[in-house]
Amino acid sequence: MEQNKKVFGIAALYDSPNAIIKAAKTVTDKGYKNFDVHSPYPVHGMDKAMKLPPSKLGFVTLAFGLSGAAIALLFMYWTMTIDYPMIIGGKPFFSLPAFIPVTFELTVLLATLSTVIGMVTFFFYFPNNSHPIHDTNYMKSVSIDKFGLCIEADDEKFNEEEINKLFTDLGAIKIEKIFFPDKLNVKILEPKFIGLLLIVAAFVSVSTYLHLNKVLYLVPFNWMMDQGRLDVQSSSELFGDKFGMRNPVKGTVARGFMPYEYQGVNEPTSPLSNPYLPTKENLSLGEKKYNSFCSPCHGNLGDGDSRLRGQFPLPPSLHSSKSRDWLDGNLYHVIVNGQNVMPSYSSQLSREERWAIVNYIRVLQRAKNASEADIQEIKKEPVTNVSE
Amino acid sequence: MSQSNLNYIKKDLPTSLQKIGFLLIGIGVIGGAGAFLLNAEQAAFNYLLGFMFLMSIGVGALFLISLEYVAGADWSTPLRRVIEFTASITPFLIILAIPILLNMHTLFHWSHTEVVESDKILKEKAPYLNQTFFFIRVAIVFALWTLFYFLLTRNSRKQDISKDQNLTRVNIRLSAVFIPLFAITASIASIDWMMSLEPHWFSTIFGVYFFSGSVLSALAVITYATVKLREGGYLHPRMVKDHYYSLGSLLFVFVNFWGYIAFSQYMLIWYANLPEETFWFLARWQGSWIYISLALIFVHFIVPYSILLSQPAKMDAKKLKFASLWILFAHLLDLYWLILPTFKGESTLLNFVLGLSFPVAAVGGIILLFYFNSKKTNMVPVGDPKLERGLNFRL
Repeated sequence: MEQNKKVFGIAALYDSPNAIIKAAKTVTDKGYKNFDVHSPYPVHGMDKAMKLPPSKLGFVTLAFGLSGAAIALLFMYWTMTIDYPMIIGGKPFFSLPAFIPVTFELTVLLATLSTVIGMVTFFFYFPNNSHPIHDTNYMKSVSIDKFGLCIEADDEKFNEEEINKLFTDLGAIKIEKIFFPDKLNVKILEPKFIGLLLIVAAFVSVSTYLHLNKVLYLVPFNWMMDQGRLDVQSSSELFGDKFGMRNPVKGTVARGFMPYEYQGVNEPTSPLSNPYLPTKENLSLGEKKYNSFCSPCHGNLGDGDSRLRGQFPLPPSLHSSKSRDWLDGNLYHVIVNGQNVMPSYSSQLSREERWAIVNYIRVLQRAKNASEADIQEIKKEPVTNVSE
Repeated sequence: MSQSNLNYIKKDLPTSLQKIGFLLIGIGVIGGAGAFLLNAEQAAFNYLLGFMFLMSIGVGALFLISLEYVAGADWSTPLRRVIEFTASITPFLIILAIPILLNMHTLFHWSHTEVVESDKILKEKAPYLNQTFFFIRVAIVFALWTLFYFLLTRNSRKQDISKDQNLTRVNIRLSAVFIPLFAITASIASIDWMMSLEPHWFSTIFGVYFFSGSVLSALAVITYATVKLREGGYLHPRMVKDHYYSLGSLLFVFVNFWGYIAFSQYMLIWYANLPEETFWFLARWQGSWIYISLALIFVHFIVPYSILLSQPAKMDAKKLKFASLWILFAHLLDLYWLILPTFKGESTLLNFVLGLSFPVAAVGGIILLFYFNSKKTNMVPVGDPKLERGLNFRL
């Protein structure tokens, strides 16, 4: 039966690395070209003994490594600066240091994958993953503790008798003839192998699905729609009247808020004294608030010259002797409670702002009715705010 | 074994080497003295640069000796004497450190107690960064390195005569003890001498950064010396290109390793963007420092990487010599970039040129060490049981 088979080659086994190096050297020197050496571990000096040229695989690796780097950089450039620019950590859109790890990974990935795929494609003649020397006793020995050399039948100088003699002279411990299999045996395409792959794929898919969707299932985050607090207008079982919205307890004072004793009273029995000193800060606050809230009716300088052009009754001048003689507390009282047509400003102005306005009105009053001493003093000061 | 011994004939290094060495040291000493007279502060920084250059090469070589023993490597046995000669820098470090210790207050901001008192961060660091503990650390670190250098090389030299295989076993054990000690002491040394120049700054990878530069520069010296000595016929005649290839591969690996570590240090600080860490890089990004920072990427990584990438280049004597000299220059540039930005004073061209005298003296010192060591001992460890296997090493 063996006679019908095509011969692949003749293989010999040797005992030691030195013997195999010697054998490889001799076989090379005799002019054989199509032969290969098999050993259980890399034997140093074998490349030289077989006179192998440097492997071309490095160029495949280099080309794919460089394209891996280029692909990674271009991809990140496109996504991060053109397609969906996003500021991350205050860095520029194209921030090279952040891209280098990914570039490095992709370079290594493509380089190694291309090396393996290149090796399988060019050297193993893909998809043929079964070499004739697989499944031979020779292969079993050289993958344990023997060193083997196999001269292939398609070598120009192939001659069975000569090779047998050569191997024996070199001290071969065993010589074996290796045949091609009856038919091309592409194990990757065997139904059994493909079936196994399909089963593995199905198992991995199903178990991944069950694992992520059943075992590790988490209720998705509901975008803050479910919260523990009561919503506006909703009822609560906690209170007797079932109102969810509650009034503050009687007598509660809000933080930073000072209740006014004479709220709603016509005349204050004893007007408050001004708790704020007329500092520069306080006066500029008063000026700002006066110009916003008071000046539309009272005029920019408090003369009672309204900007409202008669659409509203003119208020009295703030420079009348009545208002000048008033205590600060009286002015404050009017701002809080209003007077005649003037409404209350308690909701628009804070306590500090009201007192600041009172201070500012005092400034206006003093300026309008300046004494000789005031004028002398102003003349002494250096002129600064001429433009104003 | 006897056969390999016969092939090796001890040859003395030419006396011209001694002249060159003394000449370089002379230039260095005169220039260095001038630098100290002209601007003592800048000279102190430049001296530290020269000192770190020697320290990194010496201790890197010491590490490579112990690595050979621990890994059981035999390819490097024929050239181990070259590594030992390079490591012979280590006993001199303690003497060379004295000028730095005298200039401590100029170099190390944290050594001023009154500054530390008014600085909250330095006060917290004071239990480590204080003068007494610094001196103790310097003494311990240098004593350990010197001790292991003498033990390892003494055993190696004894073996030349006694051929006692047991000495190799002793050295393997010593090396196994030394390597973890080296990891700790090298980190301590790098932090003490270089990182503490900016006492507010910290980088947890700094020790590894120093290690990568240290072993790389030691390998560069070893590769250059090996190729040069082999060409001159001072080493074993059976040493071949396969040994060169291993040296070239290691150089290539450490060029990559340095790039990896340097980038890791930069990227983490750049990304986190914490002001207490970024100021160190900012100082190296201002003025003309930016050119040195950018040049470092090319000089220290891209150029040597490209030179050494291909397999034939790693075996080519000419390319190896060029690459190792280039790497030594890159290492100097790296140290300059690490140390000098701390010097804030005015610098002139003359000061800069005089500052170069310290590295020149360092190179002269290495040449002299090779010359005198080669007079005392064989250039090949003839008694080492691994020598025969090492000489037979083929790819």
